Amino acid sequence: MNNVVMNLSVLQLSIAYIFVLIMLIIFKSRGIKREKQILIATTRMTVQLTLMGYVLMFVFNNPSWWLTSFMILIMISFAIYNSIKRVKVNMSKELQRIIAFSMIFGALLTATFFILIVLNVRPWFNPQYFIPISGMIIGNSMTGIALGANKLCSDMEDKRVEIENSLMLGASTVAATKEIVNNAFDSAILPTMNNMLTMGIVSLPGMMTGQILSGTFPLTAIKYQIGIMLAILGSTAITTVLFVTLGYRTFFTKDNRLK
Amino acid sequence: MFEVQSMKFKDILDIPQLCINKPITCIVGSSGSGKTTLLRMLNCLTVPDAGTILYKGEDVSKMDTIKLRRNVVMLGQTPVIYSGSIEDNLQIGLEFSKKLPASKASMKETLERVELNKQLTDRCSNLSGGEKQRLCLARVMLMDADTYLLDEPSAALDKETEQFIIENFSKFVLENNKQLIMVTHSEQIAEKFPDSIIRIEKGEVMEAYNE
Repeated sequence: MNNVVMNLSVLQLSIAYIFVLIMLIIFKSRGIKREKQILIATTRMTVQLTLMGYVLMFVFNNPSWWLTSFMILIMISFAIYNSIKRVKVNMSKELQRIIAFSMIFGALLTATFFILIVLNVRPWFNPQYFIPISGMIIGNSMTGIALGANKLCSDMEDKRVEIENSLMLGASTVAATKEIVNNAFDSAILPTMNNMLTMGIVSLPGMMTGQILSGTFPLTAIKYQIGIMLAILGSTAITTVLFVTLGYRTFFTKDNRLK
Repeated sequence: MFEVQSMKFKDILDIPQLCINKPITCIVGSSGSGKTTLLRMLNCLTVPDAGTILYKGEDVSKMDTIKLRRNVVMLGQTPVIYSGSIEDNLQIGLEFSKKLPASKASMKETLERVELNKQLTDRCSNLSGGEKQRLCLARVMLMDADTYLLDEPSAALDKETEQFIIENFSKFVLENNKQLIMVTHSEQIAEKFPDSIIRIEKGEVMEAYNE
């Protein structure tokens, strides 16, 4: 096997921008006004990834616990901000804090467990492992929690009459919202499960593809992929279950009335 | 059973003193007069800005609201049907209030009482508005609460069944030594219980039990 990945010259890479050009031509000819967004998206992707490349080069060349921790902190902060932004309804400050807490606790705990116990990475802050793996776990938890929060908030709004009716019948807030909370959890976890069902047949996941391209044995790459999928599943589950079980309470007053 | 003292709520309600102590009470008044708000307060779904509400001498704001609601069961204006069969919908009230499930016989008897001609295993998806309301009435009757708060129980019923149901429910309340407080628009129902009327207009009590 070839263990050295082929280098990609800037010239070669620039040829790939032809796809953006094709897209622009299609949009222009059909009169869809999206040129500006296409250009912004392409530019942002290019600039952000280039910067990240340099940042990673720096971090890899100067491995230290504080640099890795700092990177994780930035990643998790951005993920929290992004998952709050993705929820279409206005969330209370309390609920936003619960999102932050669940993300920090759920995603970081799973990532740390997976990296230190399962992969047994030494030293623990080894940026080559810690940063990309935490990134994948945090990113997937972010998507999950955003889906769960959207579902929880919209159901709590749409089903006010039903929830109040249950309260009138003497239900505790837990019983009155059991179905809503379960549905929110379900909708958060479903994409990950569906993804697992087709994995390996329809799609070769990005991490595995990347490892294979860089010369890793497919069997080793697959082991990593299975591990990371399990960690993603666990992290999404812990993050969302924390969020929904703490979050539903914010819709009620202390004396069990709907706010 | 209920006593309201110097209670105020926004510019919706202003009640210096009110005693609701008859077995059957009809709260009447034009729409927007604050009837439903008062009923919600008795169930702790809304809290007053000032004043106190006592239930059997105890301040409701200091009570465990869930416990209170298990003794003072309320039925809202819109009939709410949960997923599942007629039986599931009858049992859910008991389940919510942590009481023992009802027997098949008592469920059937209650369905007859509210004139709902359905099997326990039937689905609820094709019930009409009136049938849904009757199912909800049957659900709360099974719960064996001390006090019932009904918010326009006949809103979704046609005139003929309305009288039958209310008469039946009142009979059930009197027979079992319970209390019924209902908000109603129906003058006919109010006329049936002439000594039980509390009239509220523009947030103030105009008449309480003929006084």
